[in-house]
Amino acid sequence: MNRLSVLIFGSVGVLLVTAMILVVMPYVQFMVVEPEEGLAPYTVEQARGRDVYVSLGCVYCHTQQPTDRVFAPDSERGWGRPSTPGDYVYDYPHQLGTMRTGPDLFNIGARQPSAGWHYAHLYNPRAVVPGSLMPAFPFLFEVKRELGPDDVKVDLPPEFAPKEGVVVAKPDAVALIAYLVGLDHTYPSQYLKYTSEQANLNNGAAQ
Amino acid sequence: MNAAVLSLVLFTFLVGMAGLLVLLWSITRNRVTWQKTGATVIFDAGEIGTVEEPAGSASDVAALAESAHGRTASDGDRSADDILARREADRSSRTPALAFLGSAIVWLVIGSLYGVVSSLKMTFPDWLTGSAPLTFGRVRPIHLNAVIYGFASMGGIAVALWLMPRLVRTPLRGGRFAIAGVVVWNIGMVAGLLALAFGWTDGVEWLEFPWQIDALFVIGGALAGVPLLLTLRAKKVAHLYVSAWYLGAAFCWFPILFFVANFPGVHFGVEHATINWWYAHNVLGLWLTPMGLAIAYYFIPKVLGRPIYSYGLSLIGFWSLALFYSQVGAHHLIGGPVPTWLIGVSIVHSVMMAIPVLAVAINHHVTMRGRFGTLKHSPTLRFVVVGALMYTATSFEGCLESIRALNRITHFTHFTVGHAHMGLYGFVSMELFGAVYFMLPRLVDREWPYPKLIRAHFWLALGGLIVYVGALSIGGILQGLALLDKARPFLDSVHVTVPYLHARSVGGVLMTLGHFVFAYHAWAMTTGRGPVRTFAGRTPTLAKEVAS
Ligand code: HEC
Ligand code: HEM
Ligand code: HEM
Repeated sequence: MNRLSVLIFGSVGVLLVTAMILVVMPYVQFMVVEPEEGLAPYTVEQARGRDVYVSLGCVYCHTQQPTDRVFAPDSERGWGRPSTPGDYVYDYPHQLGTMRTGPDLFNIGARQPSAGWHYAHLYNPRAVVPGSLMPAFPFLFEVKRELGPDDVKVDLPPEFAPKEGVVVAKPDAVALIAYLVGLDHTYPSQYLKYTSEQANLNNGAAQ
Repeated sequence: MNAAVLSLVLFTFLVGMAGLLVLLWSITRNRVTWQKTGATVIFDAGEIGTVEEPAGSASDVAALAESAHGRTASDGDRSADDILARREADRSSRTPALAFLGSAIVWLVIGSLYGVVSSLKMTFPDWLTGSAPLTFGRVRPIHLNAVIYGFASMGGIAVALWLMPRLVRTPLRGGRFAIAGVVVWNIGMVAGLLALAFGWTDGVEWLEFPWQIDALFVIGGALAGVPLLLTLRAKKVAHLYVSAWYLGAAFCWFPILFFVANFPGVHFGVEHATINWWYAHNVLGLWLTPMGLAIAYYFIPKVLGRPIYSYGLSLIGFWSLALFYSQVGAHHLIGGPVPTWLIGVSIVHSVMMAIPVLAVAINHHVTMRGRFGTLKHSPTLRFVVVGALMYTATSFEGCLESIRALNRITHFTHFTVGHAHMGLYGFVSMELFGAVYFMLPRLVDREWPYPKLIRAHFWLALGGLIVYVGALSIGGILQGLALLDKARPFLDSVHVTVPYLHARSVGGVLMTLGHFVFAYHAWAMTTGRGPVRTFAGRTPTLAKEVAS
């Protein structure tokens, strides 16, 4: 090969043609996706919590894409029915993730609706899940001598609580938990075929 | 919709295959002329059969010549003009190449430290939890971005700036653009990493840098690309050697990828995920891999003084890589909420990748056949050949890993991280190290002061890598099997990995020690410290220069 133009136009050409398949065609196909009927847009607080989730990099350990039973037993684990593109229309940036160092969180709000549990878990996961290897996030909390009027108090087992004062969630933690508790995509999907089976798949998640 | 989509996909696939067949046919027809001129274009007249190894000591070079060709090292019968032209080309990129290289090494050290911290954090979840910039979810992306955009990309650009003049036998043109480029790129790195530490992120793996800062990389990269283009245009060779295609194409591809994937406000929902992984695998396949392959394709034959086995194969390898690698992105989303046809396309092309990988593997390994003994005597070859072997290994692993039945096990686990480091460390980083050991003596015109340190670096890097990848491959499979077994609680899949994660930390510490050795040695070399020896591998001095 001795022509520079062959190299440049050839290589760019191949990339552009293949990008038709991997970029343009999915773009067109996803553009017409309607939001699932049960899906509510994020509240202001939840959207803010999602930003916290993004900025703390929870995605490097948690997926948000329950898969089909054929691929992995996610529904048996109570992580919910397989997700569809219609579940994600309000999500930007996407947080699908590719690592399951921790469990899938797409339906964590259905599986664990208690905000109190989430606060304690976030403050120190080992306070509620012995043997957990999830990092602690104490910097999202502060220790106060007394509770203020709007303060969210975190209930901790005595061995995890500070010796003096009470642990109070900072606004970032409050927003993050609002987001987590709201993560519930167990409504029936218009894109998946069998509604009765979907209900089965969701069983664990909504128990 | 799906029928139309499928037939379109099938159509492009067939067109691509037809193109490759035509290429194959034309190669077999023109076999004789292409084979000869193509593969030998990197040698001066009379140079074939002569080893070139600036990183070796006097005894190394003698032993290398002996084991490669069974004769003593000599400068063959190169003409004075050729020698001068090569020397001028080698030195023409001095400032920009050194600037990119120095930055790359700094980012390597920083990135490795962040890697070790991430690794330890996975097993010690209460360590360094006091502030947000030190939380795992920020340390890890800092690691990735420092080693990918700081070390690997800048190192690759340094090699490209130095190698291109050599490949086309003319001094580098417009080096000043590249110097401006290195400044802008480094500003981008510092700003980007600080942004990540303080929580300002685009939030997408491999694309974390905020898009406002990405603009700096676009400008810096373009500035670094200008001299390459100018030099290519001024080429003094009839044929462009394989390495020049890989480097040239990489510089065409990367800006397109980076621009499309980072463009704000056009991506949404699951579409964002498909773009994300289209980009991420193309950064690997169309930016870092071509750089690694360019290095292997140049240094193996050049050090040995022996043309690559088949120039025709290298053509097939190049074009099929372009065609197949650019379509594998969705294999990162197997099992996810994306259309089946898209995943199917990517799996098929992942398996088709066996073609370019085989082409490259045959070329590299057959060129080495019967000469693996030379690794003992050539520091450059040691890194470059091990890297080439790792490329073959990683890629075949990747082909298997993308098949659905196996991906089920490995997809969400540490196995992927092991594969990632086998590719990016075992292959890309090893190639870069090897290239640096060759080019730095040419750039600063002296011999490496401490040959022992090169040896130490090599064994730390290789030993650390084997521990790292071995541990995560086993641990990842155990994790995957635990995840697939619904009878086992989730925490089982966490606990089963712990010993392997500890082992990974050990491997990572070894690699990082190697990087300190490497950084110190490169610093001593460029600042003129340490013993000065005979420099057996120096560019020959011409008789008339000795006289004057
Ligand atoms: C180093 C990896 C890691 C990071 C980073 C991480 N987690 Fe976890 N997470 C885990 C592990 C492991 C578990 C399982 C053990 C447990 O429940 O504590 C888990 C469990 C959870 C659970 C409970 C899931 C269930 O099914 O009960 C929630 C909720 C959660 N994480 C939220 C988060 C949030 C929010 C972030 C980011 C601020 C985050 N995690 C960051 C590893 C991680
Ligand atoms: C034929 C060649 C290859 C194929 C088919 C292939 C395939 C794959 C597959 C299937 C994954 C796993 C995705 C997942 O399950 O999440 C993966 C991940 C990865 N591969 Fe490869 N691979 C190949 C070669 C390489 C090479 C040469 C490199 C290095 C330059 C490389 C670097 C990576 C990295 C870094 C990841 C991790 C990405 C991430 O999750 O962040 N691969 N590859
Ligand atoms: C020096 C020692 C190194 C150590 C200790 C190290 C450690 C780590 C750790 C702990 C992770 C996070 C894995 C996870 O999230 O589960 C990681 C990810 C990654 N590292 Fe390294 N690393 C090192 C060197 C490198 C180098 C030199 C490169 C590239 C040139 C590199 C490229 C990557 C990539 C691409 C990922 C993302 C992998 C994925 O998402 O699958 N690393 N590394």
